[in-house]
Amino acid sequence: MKNLQNFVKSKQFLLAVLFLLFVLNISYGAVNIPFFEVLKSLIGHEASKETWQYIVLDYRLPKALTAVLTGVGLSVAGLLMQTFFRNPLAGPYVLGLSSGSSLGVALVILGSSVLPSFVSSSMLSVYGIVLASCIGSFLVLLLVLVVSQKLRDTNSVLIVGLMFSSFASAIVGVLTYFSTADQLQKFTFWSMGNLGSLDWSSVLILFIAVFIGLVLSFLTLKSLDAMLLGERYAISLGLNFKKFRVLILISTSILAGSITAFVGPIAFVGLAVPHLAKMFCKSSNHHFLFWATIIIGASTMLVCDVLSHVPGTEIILPINAVTSIVGAPIVIWLIINPRKQKSNF
Amino acid sequence: MNVILETKDLTIGFGKNKTIKIVVENINLRLQAGQLIALIGSNGAGKSTLLRTLARVQNPLGGLVFVENRDVNEFSNLEIAQKISLVLTEKLPESNLTVYDIIALGRQPYTNWVGKLSAVDLVAIEAAIACTEIEHLRDKKHFEISDGQLQIVLIARALAQETPIIILDEPTTHLDLPHKISLFRLLKKLAVESGKCIVFSTHDIELAIEMADLFVAISKGNVVQANADLMIENGVLDSVFDEQQIVFDRIKRKFIFRN
Repeated sequence: MKNLQNFVKSKQFLLAVLFLLFVLNISYGAVNIPFFEVLKSLIGHEASKETWQYIVLDYRLPKALTAVLTGVGLSVAGLLMQTFFRNPLAGPYVLGLSSGSSLGVALVILGSSVLPSFVSSSMLSVYGIVLASCIGSFLVLLLVLVVSQKLRDTNSVLIVGLMFSSFASAIVGVLTYFSTADQLQKFTFWSMGNLGSLDWSSVLILFIAVFIGLVLSFLTLKSLDAMLLGERYAISLGLNFKKFRVLILISTSILAGSITAFVGPIAFVGLAVPHLAKMFCKSSNHHFLFWATIIIGASTMLVCDVLSHVPGTEIILPINAVTSIVGAPIVIWLIINPRKQKSNF
Repeated sequence: MNVILETKDLTIGFGKNKTIKIVVENINLRLQAGQLIALIGSNGAGKSTLLRTLARVQNPLGGLVFVENRDVNEFSNLEIAQKISLVLTEKLPESNLTVYDIIALGRQPYTNWVGKLSAVDLVAIEAAIACTEIEHLRDKKHFEISDGQLQIVLIARALAQETPIIILDEPTTHLDLPHKISLFRLLKKLAVESGKCIVFSTHDIELAIEMADLFVAISKGNVVQANADLMIENGVLDSVFDEQQIVFDRIKRKFIFRN
């Protein structure tokens, strides 16, 4: 019970941090808007300048929400995959889901000239890109799953993921070779990742997709706890492994696919955040880890977004680069610190 | 006679369709509640395969398994999890699980979809901890305790699962002699006091002769079920190891090497 009380305390602490980061994220940007004016716009009062209000409500707020959804979705997908594959280095980016999504999106953006015009125009819509992206990540994860079932070694799943992502990248490379400058520019911007390009209707679609993914993930939590003992024990505890596998497959590909469609491939968040959550919770109970992962994932993305704005300038770094710069050292630290590794994985 | 676990013409092995590898055929067992049953056989004879097939973690190639006179194929996953619990040799994946967490996972067949432990579950967990005398370990992480202790913890987990049948795959490997003996005593106690049917595979045949009520021996593709005395009398133990140099001395009740 004492642990539980401590956890509630720390969960509230985490939520407070998240809230602060959210407000900080919105009040920080290329245009200097006084903090008080930001708050005024947020709670529905008119700010002193109409442009300020516009920037806060129609640019910064959707961007902050997108960051939250992205961080939450990718981190939860990472948590599910790490336990499911019994591999601490698994994640949506590492296992090639993001590459699969990229391939799906590339086929839609770059291949649109090949498709009949009515198909390409419908596919180029937001829904088309989301669908192509989800299907791409679904297919890659399906392939990784099929191959990993044949190999008992849990490390081989990483190699399989790596192979599929290079395969997908190669196809994307071939496609770019045959595409027009216009298409290429569109795809390149997409692949660098951008949190700020979403209008309110896109944010809503992303929210619905991430919400569905999270609900499906929530259904797997009990089974994930059983998987901590290994697949055979989990089955002996009554786990319906086939159903569980399908749930993991669908939930993670919806999360990774929809997020990648809107903000581009984001590295390291899905890999590093579950470890931060495990360190924070000091528990393997997936109900605790689930909430900690959600809150820490959202906070991490908000921080990365703030960092992507170079202070004092109007330069915005690609978000993918920022998450890699922040995430890669964390992962390396996790690997070279075996004692920590053992107690945290 | 209270037969709880029964097989009819069971064929065990691996593979499907084209690449079938049959390990043992025509297994007919009748195992009773309240008995400690030792499964013996040389390495690769198919002990683990048989145990996994009995526990329905692996599918048989042919034949039937009955639990409480019902075909196991009629059971749902959850129902079978309330009848048979498992203790395996494989290593646990890395995690932060504590001893208590591991034992609590034994309650999964009974908890709701969220996995919340009820008052009944908590009582069962405490009973399992008390029975195996591991109170001092309860807050330790699973990687902080010795192999022997982990083995006991996994048995406690199986106890918390409250199943009439417990199946253990080589529970005494990696243990030194005193730990082996205390583990055998624990299993014997569980069989006698709580009337469970406990099936375990082992290479410690001489110890098992002292403790087990019944033997199931796999040798040269045949499966024999008998008590220790009958097993010795019929010379089954001589042929368990497919090796001319090792014979069983019936008077000393020990394996000896022939020069």
